[in-house]
Amino acid sequence: MIKETLYADMQKAIVDGDGAAAGRLAAEAAKSGLDLLEVIEKGYVPGLAKVGELWEQGEYFLPELISSAEAMKAAMAVLEPELRSARLKARTAGKAVIGTVEGDIHDIGKNLVASMLQAGGFEVFDLGADVKLEKFIEQAEAVGADFICLSALLTTTMANQRRLIELLKQKDLRAKYRVLVGGAPASQKWAEEIGADGYAENAVAAVKLAKSLNPVRS
Amino acid sequence: MVKTKRPKIEFLSPELVERIVDEGYALLERQGVFVENEEAMGLLKAAGARADESALRVRVDRRLVGECLTTTPPSVTMFDRSGEKSYIVGGDEIHFNPGSAAVSLLDHRTQKERKARTRDLVDFCRLVETLEHIHFQSTGLISADVPPAVSDCYRLYLGLLLSTKPVVTGTFRVEGFEPMKDLLAAVRGGEEELAAKPLAIFDACPSPPLKWSNLTAQSLIDSARAGIPSETISMGMTGATSLATIAGTLVQHVAESLSGLVICQLARRGAPVIFGGSPSSFDMRKGTTPMGAIETMMIDSAYAQIGKHLKLPTHAYMALSDSKVNDAQSGIETALGAALAALAGVNVISGPGMLNFESCMSLEKLAIDNEICGMAYRLVEGIAQREDPIALDKFEGYKPGATFLTHPHTRLWYRKEHTLAKLMDRDPYEAWVMAGRTTTLDKAHKDVQERLGKYSLPPLPDSLRKELRKIMTRYARPSGLARLPRTGL
Repeated sequence: MIKETLYADMQKAIVDGDGAAAGRLAAEAAKSGLDLLEVIEKGYVPGLAKVGELWEQGEYFLPELISSAEAMKAAMAVLEPELRSARLKARTAGKAVIGTVEGDIHDIGKNLVASMLQAGGFEVFDLGADVKLEKFIEQAEAVGADFICLSALLTTTMANQRRLIELLKQKDLRAKYRVLVGGAPASQKWAEEIGADGYAENAVAAVKLAKSLNPVRS
Repeated sequence: MVKTKRPKIEFLSPELVERIVDEGYALLERQGVFVENEEAMGLLKAAGARADESALRVRVDRRLVGECLTTTPPSVTMFDRSGEKSYIVGGDEIHFNPGSAAVSLLDHRTQKERKARTRDLVDFCRLVETLEHIHFQSTGLISADVPPAVSDCYRLYLGLLLSTKPVVTGTFRVEGFEPMKDLLAAVRGGEEELAAKPLAIFDACPSPPLKWSNLTAQSLIDSARAGIPSETISMGMTGATSLATIAGTLVQHVAESLSGLVICQLARRGAPVIFGGSPSSFDMRKGTTPMGAIETMMIDSAYAQIGKHLKLPTHAYMALSDSKVNDAQSGIETALGAALAALAGVNVISGPGMLNFESCMSLEKLAIDNEICGMAYRLVEGIAQREDPIALDKFEGYKPGATFLTHPHTRLWYRKEHTLAKLMDRDPYEAWVMAGRTTTLDKAHKDVQERLGKYSLPPLPDSLRKELRKIMTRYARPSGLARLPRTGL
């Protein structure tokens, strides 16, 4: 198959949110011995960019957005082992530890952000919901994260976002991480008030935000 | 005389009701439900449900559900604090109460949301006591000046001190149940007396899809044993935590609600359970849960119909808005919800006062909504044949140009047939200009101030007041709250 056609099909698979096709095309690319880093950059990433555009134009809604993110994950699930065996590494946009803070069991918004970050090239460590604050820090330390992303849906649990930042300061680790906050009650003002590095109001904005903040140690 | 028709709407054909209920049963049999509470799991297993403990999953067959339905009372009678005034929750009776557990208050002066404090809760309870169309009070605001761990009980404590109305409430943590029950029992003079004359309804929300958390399952069990009515609040979000189709969401609603009902009945046969909910249409752009979406109201009205089919009392979160202030949107969504809920015959309607996806309480909105609720009660009274003949005899001796203003028929009936508006504007234009071009919000604020001014504390024996305070203080102390905030009473 001509490379350009393959890339166009990959882009389409992402835009259509077709995980099966995205995975199949990735396997094809690997079998034909293509440069897999180029495959990601020229085949799949333009698909994601297109999805972002469609979202911003109001053409795409959450179901399309998440299906596309899942399709991207399906492709990467095929490509990553191949890259590893070739001792290559996909260019990562950074490592992010994410979770809903303790006392809060709402995880839909957090899942959306985790999916979009992952699709956007971040290495994501999703700790789930009702996550103890210490756990965020332990995990971030363990994996050498760049970002700690905190979700909260309740005003009562939102205070834990502030507490995490205080905890980082106590441990003298604040400068090591970019702390991003989100969730219904959070806001730009709140982020500034508690000294977070950023706030995003939705999953697409979260990826943009993370990309705009250079990882602390790139 | 012809019997008055109670105006009613039904969204589902009888065939579709049957199909939805049948699939709800099948869902419980095939997929089962997740129960993260040991005691509930034990009860279900003892009743023959097939449990898969490693996954905390239990499959319940329709025979057990059917059996539990037969022991659940078709209606519950709530009593006010004095135990004298009663309210039937069942049939097509409707009772409005404020939306529950707002995390913030819309401050009228700044028109911004802020955290509520004790004095705000006091104002809220006082206002509710004066609102004639709000039958029940609810623990509708969370106070930020007490530790979160005791805030569930604290709302109830203030509500019982300040208002005589029955309460819609719920626990925030398992430990909250005991002191809350103690407060209620203290008012009634004993636990048996409380069970005989329920004073509060406890909400318990399953986590969609198909899960009862430790907290909510425990609330069902504890309430059932204390004879306190439980309100199951299933809350699927279409396309996110339940199916995108309304009928699909209703199937899940049936499965979640009935599994909760089974837990209640296994804890104590005959325990009162209200088939309630707070499902919503999920906004696929914003990822939010609009309570004012027309589809949300359709889901609510439809499951209420299913609840009636199952011969259960019903509840819904309707008559509220997602707007952030009192504006056109808040009026539209609230009034539409109130009218539909009333026409659907939802027994307990929670919502008035609430803005911003069930998260913000506005006292001014509550006053406006009180008027909306009044319209809704009037609406479902319907149109009666008052006299026989209806009209003919009133036209005897009719002369051209005559009016009915002085006719005895008018004096006899106009007050019964027509309601007078208090906040809705019905002034002629010039009068409205002369009166300062006031808006609904201006009038609502004035109304709130007047009502708070006129409020007088419903008397409570000193000994009981002390007892309530003792229960509250005892519960608050371990959370580091040595003294309760001043209520200014």
